[in-house]
Amino acid sequence: MRKLISNISKSLSLYELLKGMKLTLSYFFSKKVTIQYPEQKTPQSPRFRGLHALRRYPNGEERCIACKLCEAVCPAMAITIESELREDNSRRTTRYDIDLTKCIFCGFCEESCPVDSIVETRIFEYHGEERGDLLYTKDMLLDVGKKYEKQIAKDRQQEAKYR
Amino acid sequence: MQDFFSQFFSPDVALTLSYLFKIILIVVPVMISVAYLTYFERRVIGFMQSRIGPNRVGYFGLLQPIADALKLMFKEIVLPSKSNNFLFFLAPLLSIAPALAAWAVIPFDYEMVLADINAGLLYVLAMTSIAVYGVIIAGWASNSKYAFLGSLRSAAQIVSYEIAMGFTLVGVLMCANSLNLGDIVIAQEGGISQWYCWPLFPLFVIYFISAVAETNRAPFDVAEGESEIVAGFHVEYSGMAFALFFLAEYANMILVSILAVIMFLGGWLSPVSFIPDGMFWLIIKVAFVLFCFLWLRATFPRYRYDQIMRLGWKVFIPLTLVWIIFVGAMMQTSYAGYFH
Repeated sequence: MRKLISNISKSLSLYELLKGMKLTLSYFFSKKVTIQYPEQKTPQSPRFRGLHALRRYPNGEERCIACKLCEAVCPAMAITIESELREDNSRRTTRYDIDLTKCIFCGFCEESCPVDSIVETRIFEYHGEERGDLLYTKDMLLDVGKKYEKQIAKDRQQEAKYR
Repeated sequence: MQDFFSQFFSPDVALTLSYLFKIILIVVPVMISVAYLTYFERRVIGFMQSRIGPNRVGYFGLLQPIADALKLMFKEIVLPSKSNNFLFFLAPLLSIAPALAAWAVIPFDYEMVLADINAGLLYVLAMTSIAVYGVIIAGWASNSKYAFLGSLRSAAQIVSYEIAMGFTLVGVLMCANSLNLGDIVIAQEGGISQWYCWPLFPLFVIYFISAVAETNRAPFDVAEGESEIVAGFHVEYSGMAFALFFLAEYANMILVSILAVIMFLGGWLSPVSFIPDGMFWLIIKVAFVLFCFLWLRATFPRYRYDQIMRLGWKVFIPLTLVWIIFVGAMMQTSYAGYFH
């Protein structure tokens, strides 16, 4: 009986509704969590999987040995590789395309690479203005690698102990 | 006003012009406040969800409603195939027209009212009731099952809550002895203790909740019910036709808030004697009531449909009846002074 009375008085006095409104009001004055994107950015992990890059050794030699493991492992079949023997009899790629419109940024290519050649960088703010702009060829990927080598090397080193 | 125009025109024309001028003087601020109510809503709800809300267009996002309006104006109006064209375009008009027409009898200050008619309260009730036709016709003319379901829900909901709302107004009539909105405000003169929200507190709460239901706002927005029936009665509308529904919804929101303020919170009267009365009190009070509307939306999940019906018929109508009888009885006793 007492429970019934308390239930009825609670619902008539809108007790629980007012309690909920008190909660939302406290959030009204609380600190806002929005990150105002172009000015502010969220912290990135060194494992961030963004735009791809092909790396070179410090002496300028391409790392990629055209083993095609990345092509085989790619679940989205975004990578296309063709290769042939160079004059010094070492196998190198003649074509290394990544279709970024197909890529799902899973990072398997990076994981499968035995020579740390194909990597995913921290870059995520890029775009294409025309059809085909997002089909990255070998030269473009090497350029990305050249431009961001410092950051890439630093991230790899930081992560080396976990690999 | 009429004198000013009669310098240039014949008396009839001057009268028409002066009314036209007054109408513009009411409609334009209403439209501007509707636009900024949408902005205010997004900001308040954002804040309550620990977000910031729109703050990019202009300073603090103040131009956001203008950007939205421009966007809607340039959008294509899509006409559903097999819909009834005439009714399809009549519906948004039918929902915006009463929402604006009801403003004619709203008093903003002493003598500051477009049409000072004695049946003002009845007129407002009639106008807000007509708004339901816009919703029903929109749902019917769209030839879409979601729109139809939404309009059915909204029709049933508005009709049931209108009764509870009407009864709460009866309580106000009993206290004020007048249907004229200006007289109702003047009857509440004498500081915050004389406002009708005290003797009629249960009716005030019920009026507020019914008003939320009447305007199809959250948590009573089953007519739109995004999660079940997409957008309810206005799924098929786009561009300006959609914008009209949007304007009507927000104009109705402001209208029911201003009615709540006039009938229960003393309209333009000041709560304390050392600050003069004035329209700014009306604006402050309406802003507060509107904030409560948004606050409710940010707090509560949508009601289930049968619960809405239960609340309207089994809770509100009996409660209002009981309180009206109570008020009537008290008026026969020596405590009558508290109820006038």
